[in-house]
Amino acid sequence: MATPDLSPAQLAAPAYPAELRSQLFQYVLQLADTSLILAHRLSEWCGHGPVLEQDLALSNIALDLLGEARSYYQYAAELEGRGRTEDDLAYLRSAVEYRNPLLVEQPNGDFAYTVVRQFLFDNFHYQLLKGLQNGPDARLAAIAEKSLKEAAYHLKWSSEWLIRLGDGTPESRRRLDKAIATLWRFAGELTTPTPNESQLQELGLVPDYAALLPAMQAHVAHVLAEATVPLPTAPVAQLGGKTGRHSEHLGYLLAELQYLQRTYPGLTW
Amino acid sequence: METLAPDLSPEAQFQARIDADLRIEPKDWMPEAYRKTLIRQISQHAHSELVGMLPEGNWITRAPSLKRKAILLAKVQDEAGHGLYLYSAAETLGTSRDQMLADLHSGKAKYSSIFNYPTLSWADMGCVGWLVDGAAILNQVPLCRTSYGPYARAMVRVCKEESFHQRQGFEIMQTLCEGAPVQKEMAQEALNRWWWPTLMMFGPKDADSPNTEQSMKWRIKRFTNDELRQKFVDMMVPQAEFLGLKVPDEKVRWNEERQAYDFGEVDWEEFWNVVKGNGLCNHERLQARVQAHEEGAWVREAALAHAAKRKERAAVA
Repeated sequence: MATPDLSPAQLAAPAYPAELRSQLFQYVLQLADTSLILAHRLSEWCGHGPVLEQDLALSNIALDLLGEARSYYQYAAELEGRGRTEDDLAYLRSAVEYRNPLLVEQPNGDFAYTVVRQFLFDNFHYQLLKGLQNGPDARLAAIAEKSLKEAAYHLKWSSEWLIRLGDGTPESRRRLDKAIATLWRFAGELTTPTPNESQLQELGLVPDYAALLPAMQAHVAHVLAEATVPLPTAPVAQLGGKTGRHSEHLGYLLAELQYLQRTYPGLTW
Repeated sequence: METLAPDLSPEAQFQARIDADLRIEPKDWMPEAYRKTLIRQISQHAHSELVGMLPEGNWITRAPSLKRKAILLAKVQDEAGHGLYLYSAAETLGTSRDQMLADLHSGKAKYSSIFNYPTLSWADMGCVGWLVDGAAILNQVPLCRTSYGPYARAMVRVCKEESFHQRQGFEIMQTLCEGAPVQKEMAQEALNRWWWPTLMMFGPKDADSPNTEQSMKWRIKRFTNDELRQKFVDMMVPQAEFLGLKVPDEKVRWNEERQAYDFGEVDWEEFWNVVKGNGLCNHERLQARVQAHEEGAWVREAALAHAAKRKERAAVA
């Protein structure tokens, strides 16, 4: 990571110059939305998992991501400094204001879809948190440090399941292949920086995605080889979620997530 | 088994252990009927945890704040955990989880009828925690001292978590009752729907509960259905008053002489109707479980096939 052009005093959250503060707010919000939307999707499995132990595992991952999302939202609310709370940010923004990548809003599909979506996310998330943990923003570093332990477990879980499904039965392989064919095109967005991310990366405030790629690619190659699955030819990446251009799925998800807050505005629950 | 009275028959020795409040462990001799009763009761309890995930799971995606969402998800996850300990406890009696699930899916095994009622508003999450878990605790706390060791030990863990669940339910109700009028109405409306079905959770009246006497003798059960129902009413009526809510029973009145609340008669026709499978959600709850199991079959098969391949490769290497 490049050395930031900012003094430590400027880097203390309250002292960020206004424009940088607003950029960082956007970035943290993006992290929060990403973890929340994936947590929400995983929580849809609760009570419907393929076996009780995996029902528990899916809820565990959902709870970890939800906890992480809350930490980011709380920080985002402070950076914004307009008195909004974590719930205002999660419950009172529309789909076009959400900043999560397209991958995490994709529906659960069957267990193979959920595993592939999770694997692609975990592989990125784990490397990202490693970067953030050593970054100059103390608050993000602290959240990343806590979340990294969880993310390491998530990546282990999704890697192991990808291997089981790939090198399991012909049926599991057929389903895995279908999930890969559908979801792989959403992986590219994770490491394609938005203009806001590019600027923060240039300042050295957040990890440079180009630096994360080698470790991510090595892990994908390793897991797919174990799963006896050929490396997919890189599809054209679908981009847009991180700048608010989402798939149709997000609107329904938010309609459900925000239902009570939207129906009864301004109440405490 | 430690022998208390070597001259007695196995049955008499077994009963002597029970009477001395000693635990029966998996390898101990036990009457076949005791084993069968326990398998039925523990598996029914495990199934209730599993099916019980569904009515609350119904609100995880609609919880009104991130904090509530996290608490609710953790609570439903606890229920999955309770299901696991209980299936394991039942397995010590010589059955298998596959067998128990097959019995659930075929309709042979029962689960608590309370989960055949729908959850229609956010206040239902309050009522399920406050009333349903409250009733479950009254049923379950005595089971921590039940005669069969693995069941008693599983229940110690279950009860610790249940009391947290009940508090969170009460807290949802309290927040609603201290909130806007529309929230208080939501709370009252949910109480109106859940009150009678929760009273039914204690089972039929003692006079109509043929298994009670034998279960009390074996110390599988420690209080009768009617005793527990009375305890529940005595505990909940003051809590409802504290919340500013009214239980939907005109006959509820403090009886100075009995030092207990009098209350009205449960609608037993409804009770038996739901037990027999005709409640609003019986069909969809069971269907949801069957569907999850059937749709998960290929995943479980893949895991087994992969494990077998690994083992084979390790053997070759």
